Amino acid sequence: MAADVRLMKTAAELALADAFASVKSTLPGGADVAAQREAAFETFAEAGLPHRRVESWRYTDLRALLREAPPLAPAPGTEALARAVAACPMLAGIDARRLYVVNGTFAPDISDLANLEPGLSVASLAQVLGSGSPLAAQIGKTVPSTDAALALNTAFMGDGVVISLAEGASLSRPLHLVFVTTEAGVTATFTRSLLVMGKGASALVLESHEGPAGAAYQVNTALEAVVGEGANLERLKITAEGDEALHISTLLAQVEAGAKFANANFTVGGATIRNQLLVQLAGENIDASLSGVSLIADKQHADTMLTVEHIAPNCQSREQFRAVLDGYAQDIFQGRISVRPGAQKTDARMMSRALLLSDTAESDNKPELEIFADDVQCGHGCTTGSLDQQLKFYMMARGIPEKEVEALLIQAFVGEVIDAIGHEGVRVALADATRNWLIERK
Amino acid sequence: MTPLLEIRDLHAEIAGGRKIINGMNLTINPGEVHAIMGPNGAGKSTLSYVLSGKPGYEVTGGEVIFRGVNLLELSPDERAAQGLFLCFQYPLEIPGVSNMAFLHTAANSQRKQRGEPELTSPELVRKVRELGKKLGIDTDMLKRPVNVGFSGGEKKRNETLQMMLLEPYLSILDEADSGLDIDALKVVSNGVNLMRSPERSMLVITHYQRLLDYIVPDVVHVFAAGRIVHTGGKELALELEATGYAQYQNEAA
Repeated sequence: MAADVRLMKTAAELALADAFASVKSTLPGGADVAAQREAAFETFAEAGLPHRRVESWRYTDLRALLREAPPLAPAPGTEALARAVAACPMLAGIDARRLYVVNGTFAPDISDLANLEPGLSVASLAQVLGSGSPLAAQIGKTVPSTDAALALNTAFMGDGVVISLAEGASLSRPLHLVFVTTEAGVTATFTRSLLVMGKGASALVLESHEGPAGAAYQVNTALEAVVGEGANLERLKITAEGDEALHISTLLAQVEAGAKFANANFTVGGATIRNQLLVQLAGENIDASLSGVSLIADKQHADTMLTVEHIAPNCQSREQFRAVLDGYAQDIFQGRISVRPGAQKTDARMMSRALLLSDTAESDNKPELEIFADDVQCGHGCTTGSLDQQLKFYMMARGIPEKEVEALLIQAFVGEVIDAIGHEGVRVALADATRNWLIERK
Repeated sequence: MTPLLEIRDLHAEIAGGRKIINGMNLTINPGEVHAIMGPNGAGKSTLSYVLSGKPGYEVTGGEVIFRGVNLLELSPDERAAQGLFLCFQYPLEIPGVSNMAFLHTAANSQRKQRGEPELTSPELVRKVRELGKKLGIDTDMLKRPVNVGFSGGEKKRNETLQMMLLEPYLSILDEADSGLDIDALKVVSNGVNLMRSPERSMLVITHYQRLLDYIVPDVVHVFAAGRIVHTGGKELALELEATGYAQYQNEAA
């Protein structure tokens, strides 16, 4: 029977097949891109929507979650663009070059494209796919993966931002990719972005995702990042979607020798949030850090799945994840450090910690080490617990009210991740966002 | 004189468990230093927790009046704001919260609850540094997370610093000498003695007479089986050192 299971297509799978058939001719790109889309859809169709028996999706049953395939969001009108400009108040205090993707479409009219630093180029994905630019050939090649959600993204990718930074170029201010859904309807967006950094280039890239409350919209977004030799990329992704949104994000990062790569996720909004991080450390002497903070409540569900592959020797990676959960929220961390044969002197440490503020919240941790080299240092740990009652009493006995004690302890808990971020403005913004979350928690 | 603290016929137990405080009476007047001595398991630490409001203890009878208010109705932070301070036997570590930030939050939370103007950062930093000098607490210790990686002696000095900054009316010192070498003991005792004034009182809980050489009490109580069974002057401590607690335990039984 097992072999026949795939014959039983769900309504959503059938709807996705119909949708692909009807929109594929309107999606950007020439014949080779069309072939790439077909192949990707085939990959998806073979596996179907991921469900609990697919190990990497074990805790997020997409097949059960998706009932239909919502229509693709229409390109934004002037009104939508006007509203999009006010997006992401969390990072408003940071002087950044803001590039907007509104309802899945790159919006050059409201994006800051003036006076690009030397060596920086910015284009829309639609433009790059249609032009036969060499950058188009990089799409889908950065890190190989057969993940079904990523395959859907490749099949349907409509637009996104393509950024290249020439050898040695550095940015005078951060780039901020602002992804906004403005329409309160049930729509889907599939955005794909690409960041290619030459040797020794350096950048801070902020990325934010948000949309309206009360709308069950779906976001499937992906970023491919090629971090060249000796380059330095610091990236922060903020997920602050509306309370009914489904958000799936995939980072595919290829990091070259001597590079420094720091990726942080900050998750506060969305009904179901899935962050997939697939990172390959391809050259020697890389310093990589992957970190994340989730602050979730009610029935929010946040799932982080990461794989860091140590391919070359002498690399260091640090994985630090913190989740604070209230209400009926569920946080999942599945992290795998994979050390390939020959990746000697790998130094990798992964830690995930969850703080449960209610009896009904749930945290699932699944750290994995897969080691095929014999001279490495790898470690992992995870903890799940509530606020320490003894500690609370100690602090209250000094005159601090209970709610403030809790806030201090929670800020300290996530501070371990936030304080490690290099950019001071970003640290302040995230600390403020944490405080605001605590205030709204009441 | 209006007493600072009055404990009347207090009964308390561990929630859902054993009875620990059993009909205790105690009156402390402003400016007095009282010592409570007693054998292990007599309920001395429980008394300090019941007075400061630690969850997990249930008061089943009696009352505690502190500066004219019913202490038992207040939460631990409200008790602190009223001027009650518990110097912990084993101070806790607070990772991620710097000592200075903690002191600032504590001092201003109390002031806010009392309706007093809050201290500005420079005011607080100056005050804390001055106190730190007296107690041998350097700037580095103030920047570090509260008690994290501190030695036993450093933790107790840090407790003393908190006490001196918060200027409580009643300090309860729970086994303040445990884990201290003789030098640290002197530093902590000096801090406590500097706090002595006609308005301020202390309740010193200890097994050993040694601490009372440094913090000289006005009154010494023997605590056994959950209540005070004998009261005397400071010479009682020396007597206990010679005779032990056995006779009083029989008295309690």
